[in-house]
Amino acid sequence: MKIHEYQAKQLLSAAGVKVPRNVVAKTAAEAAEGYTKLGGEIAVVKSQIHAGGRGKGTFKQYPEQRGVVLVKSAEAAKDNASRMLGSTLVTIQTGPEGKLVSTVLIEEGLKIARELYLGVVVDRESGGPILIASTEGGMDIEVVAHKTPEKILREPFDVEAGLRPFQARNIAYRLGLEGPSIRAAEKMLTQLCKFFIDHDCSMVEINPLVVTAEGDLVVGDAKVAFDDNAMFRHQDLLPFRDLSEEEPMEVQAQASGLSYVKLDGNIGCLVNGAGLAMSTMDIIKYHGGFPANFLDVGGGANVDQVTEAFRIILADPNVKAVLVNIFGGIMKCDTIVTALLTAYDKIGIKVPLVVRLEGTNVDLARKMLAESGKPIIVGTDLTDAAQKAVKSLGA
Amino acid sequence: MSILVDKNTKIICQGITGKSGLFHSQQCRAYAKEHRPGEDVFVGGCTPGKGGTEIDGFPVFNTVEQAVQKTGANCSLIFVPPPFAADAILEAADAGIGLIVCITEGIPVLDMARVKRAMVKSTSRLIGPNCPGIITPGVAKIGIMPGYIHKIGSVGLISKSGTLTYEASWQLGNIGMGQTTAVGIGGDPIIGTTYIELLAMFEADPKTESILMIGEIGGNAEIQAAEYIKSHVTKPVAAFIAGATAPPGKRMGHAGAIISGGSGTASEKQAALEAAGVVVAQSPADMGTAVKKAIEKRK
Repeated sequence: MKIHEYQAKQLLSAAGVKVPRNVVAKTAAEAAEGYTKLGGEIAVVKSQIHAGGRGKGTFKQYPEQRGVVLVKSAEAAKDNASRMLGSTLVTIQTGPEGKLVSTVLIEEGLKIARELYLGVVVDRESGGPILIASTEGGMDIEVVAHKTPEKILREPFDVEAGLRPFQARNIAYRLGLEGPSIRAAEKMLTQLCKFFIDHDCSMVEINPLVVTAEGDLVVGDAKVAFDDNAMFRHQDLLPFRDLSEEEPMEVQAQASGLSYVKLDGNIGCLVNGAGLAMSTMDIIKYHGGFPANFLDVGGGANVDQVTEAFRIILADPNVKAVLVNIFGGIMKCDTIVTALLTAYDKIGIKVPLVVRLEGTNVDLARKMLAESGKPIIVGTDLTDAAQKAVKSLGA
Repeated sequence: MSILVDKNTKIICQGITGKSGLFHSQQCRAYAKEHRPGEDVFVGGCTPGKGGTEIDGFPVFNTVEQAVQKTGANCSLIFVPPPFAADAILEAADAGIGLIVCITEGIPVLDMARVKRAMVKSTSRLIGPNCPGIITPGVAKIGIMPGYIHKIGSVGLISKSGTLTYEASWQLGNIGMGQTTAVGIGGDPIIGTTYIELLAMFEADPKTESILMIGEIGGNAEIQAAEYIKSHVTKPVAAFIAGATAPPGKRMGHAGAIISGGSGTASEKQAALEAAGVVVAQSPADMGTAVKKAIEKRK
């Protein structure tokens, strides 16, 4: 679960991590009041969307307007906010459709001496959390990692003990910090790692981490995401979820216990199992087609779930054919076909439907399909089914 | 011969009184009965608070420790719900269970980091979580896979995915091949046992003549496996990597199946495996034939 920058800063601040003084605004008037309340000469107005690249991003409605702007008056804060709020921000990460801005963050300007990078993620290799730091703040860290891997510092830390103070100091010195910044870094780094563990984060990214002219360390921008599997013990974080930032069909699928990811193609896929679902997408592409989605109905795959799965797949106007690929194991093929036929009647499927079944009770299931009288195309194996699905588009 | 599982394996289920736990325990017991009639393979289960009872003929114990004492179990199959699964794994390890197979999907990743840390000095081996389990055809099924798909044979199978493993086993069956052992290692970012350890076991197992490795996007375990294969594995290896069409930054069902920061792609894994001499199936329909090709290539 991803959250907005302003929410991340709120949580980080509560955990003792230093963030700039700020005001959250939902209207242009609130943005102007925010500027006045902060009291400084310079403030920053920041559009709040989950995607990055906001500083360079522009609005559909106002092509001259950037997503993050420096302002020097309450009037300017108000004008910028009025263009941002209710408009669609397009950045390198949003895709051409962009994201609607409904909140802006007004922040005090900082006297920036240096910009650094900090990130905390789970490291598969060491099997635990890892702190990543770099002197190259404000840059795309993936580009830094690719072009100058020596500038990426990696410090795995103990999930129980957290980041040890000496580890924090090692990183601080390696980042070239000095004087009062060392103490500030020791505090910030250990607290950031503690925050990561305490909140079951999947990612915390501070980019940039600002070193002020006074040597203090302040969070410039913050990205925080939580482990979906751990939300059961963080009910207090649930209100931070912004459903408008998520693909509506993915949200609906999740609520029905289905795993669905929307893609750009035109062949819808309904599959049992994540690995087989990915492979079904792959084999469609292999035979010259384009998958419209990833969809895993899971091990249960009862009538309700299959019906819902069809509904979600067919809600995508791009879908011109559907490929069902089921390997019946414990879940018998005839059970699946019963669900399939019931769903077929309920939904009224109008695009070509190719079904490939294999596994337990497959003969009975195929017979049921054949006798159903429905125009269902049967694929004899994976290759045949994928080819037939691709071919059905031309028919 | 086989790996991990043999005729001395005695299984219990943690979470046996739950719906899935009971159903799959029954299936595993039935598999054992069919292939090794008269032998006690699946010996009971645990659910705290239900010790002393019996469920469909399985004795139920309060703790794994008690189950081990009473039944001599050396393997545990875990179906405990995600919030309690990490504790269940550690309970099994503490009770001296040698082989722990965790089926549970949805365990918080930091819980697995804690398990990993706590098990550093343990002699127990963890398979999974979020996996279909292990099967040594004709000997024992410790998991949720349909038993009959897995034929007795000479291919060692290692996979991150459940249904894709069934698909591969079925394809192998169609060309007259079977497995020594099939191991589902799981689709989570942090797992108990990964490719390299199992590659080493299959390399050492005299009955295993070839290996099929099924991977997917996310992380670099397949790339590390490729490096290991290059220098340590003499047997023919075939592979398939799922997710060539997966978009970056999106989780594809499995918690670990995500391309992040442009790495963990299918193409980089395929390239690394090919460079290690592995025959990589381009289509998921060709996993079985890829194994045949790998064997012929070595001849």
